[in-house]
Amino acid sequence: MKHKKYQKLLINVIIAVLIYALVMMAIQFGWIGRQFLSMIVPVCTNVMLAVSLCLIVGFLGELTLGHAAFMSVGAYSGALVTLNVPLPSWLALALGLVIGGVTAALAGVIIGVPVLRLRGDYLAIVTLGFGEIIKSIFNTLGITGGAGGLSGIPMLTTYRNFTLVFILMLIVIVVVANLVNSRQGRAICAIRDNYIAAEAAGIKISKYKVMAFVISAFFAGVAGVIYAHNISILKPGNFDYNQSIEFLVMVVLGGMGSIRGSIIAAVILTLLPEVLRGVADYRMLVYSIVLIAMMLFNNSALKAKLVARKNMRKSTEVSKEA
Amino acid sequence: MKKMMSTGLAAALVLSMAACGGNSTGSATADTGSAGGQSTAADAQSTASSAEGATAEFVIGGMGPLTGSAASYGISVKQGSEIAIKEINEAGGVNVGGTVYSLKLEFADDEATEDKAVSAYNSLMDKNIQALVGATTTGCCMAIADLTMADNLLVVTPSGSGVDCVKNPNAFRICFTDTLQGNTLAEFAMNDMGVKNVAVLYSNSSDYGTGIKDGVVSKVEELGGTVVAEEAFGDADVDFNSQLTKIKGTDAEVIIVCGYYQAATYITKQAADMGLDIPFLGSDGWDGVLGTVTDASTVEGAIFLSSFFSADTQENVANFVSEYEAAYNATPDQFAADAYDAVYVVKAAMEKAGSIESDAMIAAMTEISVDGLTGDGISFTPEGEPNKGAKFIQIKDGAYTVYGSDSADASAADESAASETAAADESAAE
Amino acid sequence: MDLLINIVEQLINGLRTGSIYALIALGYTMVYGIAKMINFAHGDIIMVGAYSLYVFYGILGLPAVAAVLLSVVVCVVLGVVIEKVAYKPLRNAQPLAVLITAIGVSFLLQNLALLIFKATPIPFGSIIKVPSVQIAGIHISGITIVTLVVTTISMIALTLFINRTKAGRAMRAVSEDKGAAELMGISVNGTISLTFAIGSALAAIAGLLFICQYESLQPTLGALPGIKAFVAAVLGGIGSVPGAMLGGIILGIIESLSKAYISTQLSDAIVFGVLVIVLLVKPSGLLGKIRIEKV
Repeated sequence: MKHKKYQKLLINVIIAVLIYALVMMAIQFGWIGRQFLSMIVPVCTNVMLAVSLCLIVGFLGELTLGHAAFMSVGAYSGALVTLNVPLPSWLALALGLVIGGVTAALAGVIIGVPVLRLRGDYLAIVTLGFGEIIKSIFNTLGITGGAGGLSGIPMLTTYRNFTLVFILMLIVIVVVANLVNSRQGRAICAIRDNYIAAEAAGIKISKYKVMAFVISAFFAGVAGVIYAHNISILKPGNFDYNQSIEFLVMVVLGGMGSIRGSIIAAVILTLLPEVLRGVADYRMLVYSIVLIAMMLFNNSALKAKLVARKNMRKSTEVSKEA
Repeated sequence: MKKMMSTGLAAALVLSMAACGGNSTGSATADTGSAGGQSTAADAQSTASSAEGATAEFVIGGMGPLTGSAASYGISVKQGSEIAIKEINEAGGVNVGGTVYSLKLEFADDEATEDKAVSAYNSLMDKNIQALVGATTTGCCMAIADLTMADNLLVVTPSGSGVDCVKNPNAFRICFTDTLQGNTLAEFAMNDMGVKNVAVLYSNSSDYGTGIKDGVVSKVEELGGTVVAEEAFGDADVDFNSQLTKIKGTDAEVIIVCGYYQAATYITKQAADMGLDIPFLGSDGWDGVLGTVTDASTVEGAIFLSSFFSADTQENVANFVSEYEAAYNATPDQFAADAYDAVYVVKAAMEKAGSIESDAMIAAMTEISVDGLTGDGISFTPEGEPNKGAKFIQIKDGAYTVYGSDSADASAADESAASETAAADESAAE
Repeated sequence: MDLLINIVEQLINGLRTGSIYALIALGYTMVYGIAKMINFAHGDIIMVGAYSLYVFYGILGLPAVAAVLLSVVVCVVLGVVIEKVAYKPLRNAQPLAVLITAIGVSFLLQNLALLIFKATPIPFGSIIKVPSVQIAGIHISGITIVTLVVTTISMIALTLFINRTKAGRAMRAVSEDKGAAELMGISVNGTISLTFAIGSALAAIAGLLFICQYESLQPTLGALPGIKAFVAAVLGGIGSVPGAMLGGIILGIIESLSKAYISTQLSDAIVFGVLVIVLLVKPSGLLGKIRIEKV
């Protein structure tokens, strides 16, 4: 068993290194056009956002419509740091990443407190409201540039610095994956599955809920900082609830509660519109139909049958091994 | 879980590779996507090149929102540039130091969002554009400003009015800056309309609205007037009753609306509904307002700033309008006219430079003078700003007219004031 | 005096938008009360209602009354079909799945409208032509009067229906306890369909009033009032019919007054801020019942 675990770890490391090497070579030798070069960083940030959202939606089982707001808090605070702190650009970026993540996590605490009292639909509307409040504030504040946005942010995380972005993305994935498999992660999943039973079993619901929100918000904030330093301009209007829904769609299409699925869905959904330039009109239509079909399928008798068959096969395999 | 992760990463890898392969398909689709509008230009181009025996092709990139809520601006920019390119190619292309170039347009959709603008710009660079007419909106201009600078590309934005759009030496614009426009509106209100108390209603969803508002406020105060109300609205808003009721409670003599025609439509309608009879003065985003109002009497007498208007009798404008209407079955707006001028500006820069090297074309920009749709003898400062005059358009009898064109200034002002009150009385009586 | 008139006029503005919010919020709250789900697509029914009126009256040229009735019918049928196709199979699924499906339906409706009618707003003249009145210096536009009258009638009719008729009692019974209601011989599926039908009809009426007020059609026109009405429903206590009416009107007035006397820029933030505070103090909304969840 222990041996198998190391084997898996090794495979993961090899795959990560391979992807990294391939993308680096693609960048170095010009295998891909500029259009897709400029998509590398957005793919990474969206993977980070989807994986961090997966923690709340997939594992904690609460719906939030404010993930874009966490991202914007991180993006704005990180950008303000690099714009105003007289440090060498790399130090400023490092500081920006930390501060962006921390402020987003603080926002996570602020939104995490009502979470203790609210569930499900009420929580969804509060997070939506929270997102709109943040948007209005950024739109009004002078320091954030108001409606015109914050511009002139140094471009420190473009594809030229892919190494940094890739490492940050790996950190997010590894941390969330390990968290989910840890004692805390099991507690979080137990809250999702039956919070009354979880509470009865001695799990402190409030603690784990806030923890999930804070970690998720922190990573969303870090992703926001990378986003800001890739695009160089931030506008409040780009972080509305439709953006949050887009992240939610990634998590849902990836199969809620599957980190692997979230990663794949984030990659596909980020690249698809670029591949489909020209038929952009139908993109959202297809999204919505797939979304509905996916939810119907997930709860259909057909799926139940398929799952049952798969489980049966697994159990026979296990009995054979034994 | 780890295994799942690894498969995930592998899948991500495969996908990204597939996406790289998909690059050519992507651009092919984009080409067919725009083929509808471009076929005429392309046909013209082939005829031109066969007739003149031109060998070279010069690719102009265009950017703007073709989908999403700002789509109409991008579509206008695309169509305006297509008309200009068609005309130039039919007239034999551009002669640069002995070589004749035919022009080709590559247009990319940026959805008026900054992140899309970056990938749209890069997709254009993949198609080896040699000059850029764009981006259409201010945010997108700023998002690509440093990228174009790094590529040393000549950028002429038709409609990026934010001050920083042309901050880099390679960027120029056709439209006015927001601040200048605000100043002009304020001067017009104070000097030509002779009012002292000004109410400002502005869109705070974009820097277009806030930029003009700042220009108005500073100029009004400089000229000794008072800004009695400063009310914001969002681009998605449809209800302006609160703002208008508040203005109604002040002694405002004019309402300056800094925003686009859609908002202007709601505002004028709701003002008429509540019996507000204060004249309206609008920014250049008002162009097209007659197409969206259900009752022209609500905007009767309103004045807005525009450097182009489609009912102008000037020859080049009339030609452009008829060509545009024939090709797209729509009346061109200011965005289309600005884009048309932008293409001619690029042409002039090529000719003046005698080269298609970016450095030479950028250097030539300050030396050219172009008679365009939006002004005669448009020239550029090294800062990238255009030198051209502005027209005030007034809506009279449900049609656009140039303000003060049919009579002397003073009497025209009286007349307009009279017709405004008359219109307001009418709508109140309804 | 001027200030007083101004305040009264602002209150009337708030009352008018608030009553439209209330009408839409009723649909949210009734569906929630019975199906225990938030019908995110409800706002887009408003949009469908507005476009139907445009098609029937503006394009096909039917008489106004027929066009209004047909628009309401279109929305009712659509509401019931959405329930049968998208929500019914999920009746026993977790709430998150239903909510996401509803978001999907909302996107679908918006994008269908976008493909059919394009993004460019379509101007559409009001079918209601009522002169405005002037009472003691206060100007009230015709559309305001019509809106207030229509929404009041609709709310009274709905209250009577729920409290006095057999079908209304069935609705209350199903919302109280589905299983027990079924045992008493009430058709649960039929009652849920009826609820969606009534909710959609109210949304259609709201859509018609909306379009007569603002005279411009675009595919996203239902989204903003939909969200605001959703907030109103939650504010009043989702599942409570009087709560939705109260929530809608309070929301409209807060919005109008904060635009007028605090800041137009921050009015949305204020509206949502009030919601968050109310939910923190009273997690089930102003008039909502506290449900104790059992294992």
